Amino acid sequence: MKPSSFEYCLPKTIEEAFAALDHDDAKIIAGGQSLVPMMNFRLVQPGRLVDINSLPGLGEIVLDGGTMRIGSLVRHAEAARHDLVRNHLPVIAEAMAHVAHVAIRNRGTIGGSLVHADPSAEWPLLVTLLDGQIEIAGPEGLRHAAPQEFFVAPLVTTIEDDEILVAVRLPILSPGTGMAFTEIAQRAGDFAVVAAAATVLMDRGVISDVRLALGGAGDVPVRLFEVEAALAGLRPDAIDAITRGCADGLEPNEDMHATAEYRRSLIPVLARRALEAAVQRAGAMR
Amino acid sequence: MNAKIDIALTLNGEAVTGRAEPRMLASDFIRDVLLMTGTHVGCEQGVCGACTIRFNGVVARSCLLFAAQLDGAVVETVESLGAPHDLNDIQKAFRKHHALQCGFCTPGFLMTVSEILQTLPLSTDHEIRDALSGNLCRCTGYEHIVRAVRDLVNQRDGVQA
Ligand SMILES: Cc1cc2nc3c(=O)[nH]c(=O)nc-3n(C[C@H](O)[C@H](O)[C@H](O)COP(=O)(O)OP(=O)(O)OC[C@H]3O[C@@H](n4cnc5c(N)ncnc54)[C@H](O)[C@@H]3O)c2cc1C
Ligand code: FES
Ligand code: FES
Repeated sequence: MKPSSFEYCLPKTIEEAFAALDHDDAKIIAGGQSLVPMMNFRLVQPGRLVDINSLPGLGEIVLDGGTMRIGSLVRHAEAARHDLVRNHLPVIAEAMAHVAHVAIRNRGTIGGSLVHADPSAEWPLLVTLLDGQIEIAGPEGLRHAAPQEFFVAPLVTTIEDDEILVAVRLPILSPGTGMAFTEIAQRAGDFAVVAAAATVLMDRGVISDVRLALGGAGDVPVRLFEVEAALAGLRPDAIDAITRGCADGLEPNEDMHATAEYRRSLIPVLARRALEAAVQRAGAMR
Repeated sequence: MNAKIDIALTLNGEAVTGRAEPRMLASDFIRDVLLMTGTHVGCEQGVCGACTIRFNGVVARSCLLFAAQLDGAVVETVESLGAPHDLNDIQKAFRKHHALQCGFCTPGFLMTVSEILQTLPLSTDHEIRDALSGNLCRCTGYEHIVRAVRDLVNQRDGVQA
């Protein structure tokens, strides 16, 4: 199908972008890889489209002290091959291989993915796993949001219509941290049914620092803080027993891709696989 | 507000212009205004890959771009690869290996292959299938497409098949 009529704006500065967004029916377009299908189906019919692709400074990945700052217009494919990402947060590159397909990864952006907030999407999961801070610019200035404050429900976040997601800040992990991402999807490139990602730091054979996050396990990505706390100080062979009940208390959704029960059964399996792979890589780096 | 706007771009190496409403999809603009009909339209939701073009050097779905976004861009369509009497190597490999039947999906596959041959090792058939997973074909069962790409990878890497 074809989208309904809209006025097209291509701001060259962030001030121009805020001016263009000061309209009762404006919508930002970044990569367009989620928005345009919805416009073609007329599920979304913005009166004005504000194309942010010409805004300066949103396409960079830099190290700033102990954090990596990824600009919101960085494409999935660019993040996947970037040296800073591959050296410091290789779990991002690993996850990007599961996002859609070559042509979509060339165009889709980290900012668009976070604002679209699909509960199974890779970027929201990664930012949740890595304790990222989401940097948002508005007419009144800059604010930062933790993923727990940002993601509200499927396709719903706390960003306002007149705000622009400009970057994500991800703390760099201690050297030797192992990281892993894994998911089950119906076909290569489909949205995950369930996805899991973990980071593990080992100290003399025991897990000293661990994080575990899931996508597709509820309305928004979740961190399994209780599992993390239970694993700290234990040897990796405890992972199996401790992850077994980790779907308890989670409420995975039911949709055309999977039943809630199937998702529930995948959660412990993927949690274990992500943790075990992260342990192996932590071992390999020591 | 939906008045037509002027769009100037480089299409297959030549400067061209056209007019379109902002809401016109790039795929329709390329076919119906610029009259390059090699780019096919299947799903208009980014899934099938028939509309794949090169946009500023990298493959993209033309059904997920607006004509307005082509202004100032460098675009290549399947017509850039070769002509009926002067097929390029990718097209020759598809012909040799019977990698098409009805041909509807073929322009999209050819464009995707033109990029992945340059950017990916494609050292296993699994990797080839993964890289092609964004292009759907309802005729061939993919086997012959994978063979064509394997042949092209061997040519690229100087491997005797
Ligand atoms: C066939 C197909 C398969 C896919 N598979 C996957 C998958 O497996 N995993 C996955 O994660 N994604 C998948 N995607 C989606 C893809 O990753 C998109 O790129 C992503 O979800 C949205 O990014 P975008 O830049 O294209 O955003 P757009 O489509 O441009 O925008 C999405 C939303 O975010 C808003 N927005 C965009 N940028 C900003 C910003 N900087 N500030 C404020 N608001 C903004 C827009 O207004 C819109 O509401 C798939 C897409 C397709 C077509
Ligand atoms: S028509 Fe564009 S992907 Fe199907
Ligand atoms: S050859 Fe007919 S769809 Fe591929």
